[in-house]
Amino acid sequence: MLENSIVPVPLEAYLIVAAFLFCTGVWGLINSRNAVRVLMSIELMLNAVNINLMSFSSYIDGSIIRGQVFSIFVITVAAAEAAVGLAILLSLYRNRVTIDMESFNLLKW
Amino acid sequence: MNIAYSTELICFLILSSVIVSGSLAVVLLENIVYSAFLLGGVFMAVAGLYLLLNASFVAAAQVLVYVGAVNVLILFAIMLVNNKEKLKPIEGLKTRKLISGGVCGGLLILLLRVSITTKWNLPGPTSIGEEATERIGEHLFTDYLLPFELASILLLMAMIGAIVLARREVSIPTDDINDLKNQKSLSDKKIPLLSENSLK
Repeated sequence: MLENSIVPVPLEAYLIVAAFLFCTGVWGLINSRNAVRVLMSIELMLNAVNINLMSFSSYIDGSIIRGQVFSIFVITVAAAEAAVGLAILLSLYRNRVTIDMESFNLLKW
Repeated sequence: MNIAYSTELICFLILSSVIVSGSLAVVLLENIVYSAFLLGGVFMAVAGLYLLLNASFVAAAQVLVYVGAVNVLILFAIMLVNNKEKLKPIEGLKTRKLISGGVCGGLLILLLRVSITTKWNLPGPTSIGEEATERIGEHLFTDYLLPFELASILLLMAMIGAIVLARREVSIPTDDINDLKNQKSLSDKKIPLLSENSLK
C-alpha cells in the first residue's frame, strides 16, 4: 500500500506541461504570419488537450479510461483538420501566390 | 524511492523539457522547415508521455497519425508552398507580440493556478495498464459507437473535401479528346505541377 501512495510524477506536473504547450500554441496561432505555422500551432494546442485527457484518464479514471477514447477521437479530428487545412492553404496559395496571413482577406466583406 | 520511480521521474523530466523547448522552437524559429521537423520531435515526446501514463495504444496511434501522417503532410505543404517570400513589415508588430505574449502568460498563470489549487479526486482506481487496448475497443463498439461512426464519416468527408479543394482545374478542348490520333499531344497538354500559368 505504501508503494501505491508514493507517486513519482504527480498529476499536476502533466497538467503544467499541457498548460505550457497550450499557451505556446495560442501565442503561435496569434502571432505567426506563415499560414503553415498557424496550422502547426493548432496541432500543438490539440496535443496539449490530449495530454490533459490522457493524464486525467490515467490518474482519476484508471479503470474505465474514457479519456483515452476521447483522445483517439481528438487525434482523428486533428488528422481531418490537417488534411482540409492544408488543402485550403494550397488553393489559397494558387490564387494569391503568398502564404502571409495578413494578405488573406478573401472572407472579409 | 526505488529505481523504477526514479527512472519514471527522469523520463518525465526529459520528455517534458523536450516538449517545452520544442514547442517554443516551433513557434519562434524563423525557418519553417526546422519548425516542422521539431514539431515531429514534440509529437514523439508527447507519445512518450502517453507511454508513461500507461496508454500504449494511444501512444502508437499518436506516432502513426501525428508523426506519420500529419507531420509529413505539413512538410509536403511547406515544400509545395515555400518560395522564400519577404513578408511586408507591419506597423507595431513588436507591441502586438508583447501584448499577445502578456495575454498568453496570463492564460498560463490562470491554468497553472487552476491545476495546482484544485483538489483532484486522487488517488483514483489503479490504472488497468495493458488491458487498456481491449477496453478502448469495448468503448468504441458499445457506448461510443455513434461518435465512432461519425468519425468515419468525418474522415471520408475530409478526404473528399481535401481532394476537391487541392485539385487543379484542367480544361482540354473536346476536339483534342475526340481525336484519337492526337492521344500523344493530349498527354503533352498535361499541366505540370507548378507552371507559370498556375501561379497567376
